[in-house]
Formats: sequence, structure tokens, C-alpha cells
Amino acid sequence: MTLADGMVLLPVLAALLVAALPAQAARLNIAASAGSLVLALLLLAAGPGGEGLLRPDATNLPLVLVAALVGLGTAIFSAQDIAHEGFDRRRTRYFHAAFQGFMATHFLALLSDNLGVMWVAIEAGTLACVLMVALPRTPSAIEAAWKFFILCGVGIALALFGIIVLALAAQPMLEGGAQLSYGALRAVAARADPGLLNLAFVFLLVGFGTKAGLVPLHSWLPDAHAEGPTPIAAVLSGLLLNAAMLGILRSKAIVGAHPGAIAPGGFLLALGFATLLLAAFSLWRRRDAKRLFGWSSIEHMGIVAIAFGIGGVPGHMAGLLHLWGHSLVKPAAFFAIGRAARLKGGQGIGTIGGLTVNHPALGWGLVLAMAALAGLPPFSLFASEVLLAAEVGRVQPWLLPLLVLGLLVAGTALLRAMQRLCFGAPTPEPEPGRAGLATLVPLWINLALAALLALALPAPLAALLLDAARSLS
Amino acid sequence: MTFGQLPYDMAHVLGGGMLLVSFVLLYQRRTAALVNALALQGTLLAAAAVWQGYVQGAPQLYVTGMIALAAKGIAIPVFLHRLMRRRMPDRAIEPARGIGLSMLGGVMLVALAILVVLPVTTGAQALARENLAIALSIVLLGMLTMLTRRSALGQVAGLMTLENGLVLAAVGVTGMPLVIELSTAGLVLVIIVIAGFFARLLQERFDSLDTDMLHPHRGEGP
Repeated sequence: MTLADGMVLLPVLAALLVAALPAQAARLNIAASAGSLVLALLLLAAGPGGEGLLRPDATNLPLVLVAALVGLGTAIFSAQDIAHEGFDRRRTRYFHAAFQGFMATHFLALLSDNLGVMWVAIEAGTLACVLMVALPRTPSAIEAAWKFFILCGVGIALALFGIIVLALAAQPMLEGGAQLSYGALRAVAARADPGLLNLAFVFLLVGFGTKAGLVPLHSWLPDAHAEGPTPIAAVLSGLLLNAAMLGILRSKAIVGAHPGAIAPGGFLLALGFATLLLAAFSLWRRRDAKRLFGWSSIEHMGIVAIAFGIGGVPGHMAGLLHLWGHSLVKPAAFFAIGRAARLKGGQGIGTIGGLTVNHPALGWGLVLAMAALAGLPPFSLFASEVLLAAEVGRVQPWLLPLLVLGLLVAGTALLRAMQRLCFGAPTPEPEPGRAGLATLVPLWINLALAALLALALPAPLAALLLDAARSLS
Repeated sequence: MTFGQLPYDMAHVLGGGMLLVSFVLLYQRRTAALVNALALQGTLLAAAAVWQGYVQGAPQLYVTGMIALAAKGIAIPVFLHRLMRRRMPDRAIEPARGIGLSMLGGVMLVALAILVVLPVTTGAQALARENLAIALSIVLLGMLTMLTRRSALGQVAGLMTLENGLVLAAVGVTGMPLVIELSTAGLVLVIIVIAGFFARLLQERFDSLDTDMLHPHRGEGP
């Protein structure tokens, strides 16, 4: 058994164990997530390589590490948050088991070399999330889960059609399981029928684009983030979107390997700009804080799509760095806002006000998380946005004003919301409470790591980033 | 392989039958007939998978066909019929709005699928490419069904059609790996959507998709 196998198997076993021992569910969840983090670090130290179904490479290794970090933070946060959700023991057990199940599918989706297995993993992960979104059983939660499920169900079905067409394109050159292997497909794509590759790419882009929250199939995202339990919002934004983006990135790499096929970059740029601009203006109209962050995730996925669309080594570096940074900062924002919503008894922006006055550690954490999401230094989202803007200015200067407009509109909307949430006179609280370490520790650790990515990117990660960008372009 | 050869003709008859049933799903108002149409489509899919297994000499496709027959041809329709009888006896009629327009839209989607697939697949085998064109038509018609029938049952029917089209596409690709796994995963999707339908039925909220419920939360308006 390799480390990569262990990465997938550990959460599967943990899910079974949690289901068997409901009294210890929350603690087991944390312990298993910590184990996953250790495995992810070992996997990173072992480096890319390996044959077979699970193949760690320069692109997915850092995403696995980020996923394990966010998974641990979310497990710690949920130990406190789910206890306040008012679930009975059966649903609490169900939540923690489904969480580990989701982590297993996520690691499988990231590490799998076989696109069919990747698809099954993303589908299973979506189903786990749908069930967790519906868990509060309020009418809005059920409706949000239904909408999430229908849109994403259609989306991933379309992606499967794209994968089948890819297999058809590879059929003359490859045999058996290799027909769906990402590595093998990339190697033979240059000799495949360009028409089939084009057809496949359109379906893959729309399908995985739905999961990534790209316009026009983004509308499930704010609802699912706002109505489900907060820990789910954190993993939806921090993890599931990354898996979908990896799917897009792989499709692009396969189709882009054929000189006669359509250039995938243009499609990604168009979707990316539509997403960024729509989300940037929508951010101004939010009254619900969790929906605000849902829309902010849409905005950031738009930025990532633009970066991958621009392509080249700097473009891919900016896109991957942005994914890492977003995965650290957005869950931090959700931890803070989820806890604040509990303390203030509601998740409306008007209900949560003056957070820094009564809860300085929580309030200032939220200030920094929102500043990071708005693209301010010293966080890595600032670094990736600057890198992206420089590259857009160099390759397609006429697009630069649009990019800057989107970033500014979105950034100012977030800063305005930040002022209302964190400063001014504090709003009343139903009963006095404390932020609690289960929120503050993951919140501040994620923020510190996001700053570290920008200020002193660890050398192994920097090397992987460069390797990944080179291999993709 | 050319027209007039048995493998080719059989595959066309089965795929074409599934396509016809997709049109029935677009306009059929009676819920019982709608469920029967789903059962017929599932059975045709099973036959298509078994036939492809025979033509390609691929025994795993027999398994896919058996799973499709058991689940989509028999189990799911029986469950839906019982659900309809017990939970919503007063809803024998299921509104399908704009029949003329949706049929026209359906014909245009089929034309689109053929125009898109046939020119780009000149390199592939004739059987594979025409199978792909039919499968894409079924997928698109499934999406159209989901669009035009906004009720929860309509969504179920549309998603099942869509998934049938996917399986048809997969079994038509010679040597396609993981067919059983992928079609089973698709089946799980369908089963979960039916479970969701059931859950909503218990909440007596089956009249419409009703995501309008979420409007008050969106932060739009005053």
C-alpha cells in the first residue's frame, strides 16, 4: 500500500469508525483529520511519482496538503459548531461520518489519474455535501440542497459525457483502462481526432464549470453555502471547488496538447470574466453574510478561470497560487462568520455589527480574512492577483481594465461589508458568549498560513508550483 | 459497417426507440404513462447495452444491461407507481407546459446533436459516431425535459433520461473502461434524486421546484 492509498483509505475507515462510535464522533473526526494531515505532509515529502490509479503530481500534491489542512481546521470548528446546531445524536453522527466520507472522495478525486474514477469521486463528494446541506431539515435547507443537487447533477452528468467522448477520441491509440488515464490521454492527444477533443472539452468545461461555480450555472452556490451548516460551507468553498477546477485544468491540458483543436484558453477567459464581473457587482447587493462569502467564492473562481485561460507559466502559477490561498482564507472567513452568527443569533449583515468591540479576537480575524479576500496584502491572494494582472497586461493588455474593474468592485464591496460587520456600535446579543478556541485556532492558523504563502513561500512548495505550471503550459 | 448490416440496424432501432421515448417524456401529461415511458426507456437501454456487448464481444456490457433492466426497467418504475398511488392519488395529471414549443425545441436539439457530432467524428467508426449522435440527442432532450417540466417528478424524469443517454454513449464506445462502475455511479445519482423527491413529497412540497422559497434570503429587494 502506498501513501496515496492511505490518504484515501484513512478517511474511509474513519467514517466507519465514527458511525460505529457516535459518542466520540466529534473527537474521532478531529483525530482522523489530523492523521490525514500527517499523511499529506509525508506524501508531499515523498514528492511526485508513482504508477497506478493514484498518482501524486506537482499539481495535485499541494492541493492535497491544503485539503488536509482545511479538513483538520473544519473538523475542529465543527466539534463546537455542530454541537450548537441542535442536531440529535443520530444526525450528529451522520454529519461527522459524512464529513470523513467527503474527505475520502476529495482525496480520491485529486489524486486519481483515471478520469472516470475522478468523476465518480467528485459525484460521491457532491452527494455527501448535498446530504449534509439538507441536514438542518429547515425548508430553506431542503430547497437549497435540492437546487444544489439538480444543478450539480446535470453538471456532472455533462462532464461524464465529455469523459466518454475523450475515451472515444483515444480509442484508436489506447487500450483498456488507459483510455481514461490522464497521463496517457495527454501523451496521445496530439494524434487524436481534433473534432472529438473539441466536443469533449465543451462538455467537460460546462460540467466541471457548474461544480466550480462558473457563470451561468453558478446559482446553486450561494444557496448551498448559506443554508447548510457552516462547516459545509467551509469545505464546499475550500475543497470541492478545487476538485472541479482541477478537472477543468486537466481537460484543458489534454485538449490543449493537440495543435489543431480549439484553443481552450479563450473559453476559460470568457467564462472567467463573466463570472468575475457578475459576482463583483452581485457582492454589493448582499444582506446575508454567508451568501456574501458564497458570492465571493464565485468571484475567486472567476479569477482562477481567467488565470488558467491566460495560461503560460506565470498564468498557471497565478491560478494555482490563487486556489491555494482561497482555500485557506475562505474557510477562515466562514469559521469567523459562522461563530459570529451563532453569537448574534442571525447571519444577516445587519444583525452582526461591531464584532471587534465585544469579540476582538474573532472580529479582527474576520477583518483580516475579509481584507485578504478583497485582495489586500500581506496575503497570498494579493500576490496571485498581482501576478495575474501583470501577466494579463503583458499578454492581453486590452483585458487588463476589465480585470482591474472586477477586482476593485469586488474588493470595495467586501471592505464595505467588513466595516458594517466588524466596526461601529455592536449589535445586541441574545445571550453573552465567547468566541471559543475551536473557532479562533483554525481561523488564525489559516490566516497565518495564507500570509506565509505570500511572504515566504516554502521552497518545496515553490518548486512544485513551478513544476506544475511548466507541465501544464 | 454500412446500412443493412444487422449490428448496425439493431443498434439504431434500440437507440432510436430510446430517442422516441424521450419525446414522449416531453409531452406526456398522465403521471402513470410518464412512469411507464421511463420504464420502457430503461428496458430499451438494457437491450442496447446487451446488444453492444454481443457486437463488441464485451461481456461486461451484459452486466451493465442487467443492472439497467433491474433498476430502471423494473425497480424504479414500480417504486414510482406505488409512490404515486399512495402519496399523491389526486395528481394523475402532471402539467406539461407549451407542448408544441417543447416538441419543436426537441426536434431542433436532435438536429443540433446530429450537426455537431457527425461532422466532427469522421475518423471514428460509423456505429460509434451515430450512436454518439443519438446519445447526445437523448442527453439534450433530458435537459429540455428538466427545463420545461418544473415539477419535481419532471426533474426526476429528465435526469433519468439524461443518465440513460450517458449510459448509451458509454456502451457505444468500443473498449470503454469502467462502464459498469460509471453506469452504477450514474444510477446512484438517479436513486438519490428519487430519494430527494420522496423527502419533498413527505414535506408536501411537490407542486413545483419551488426554489422561490429561497428568495426572501437572497438579499435582493428592499
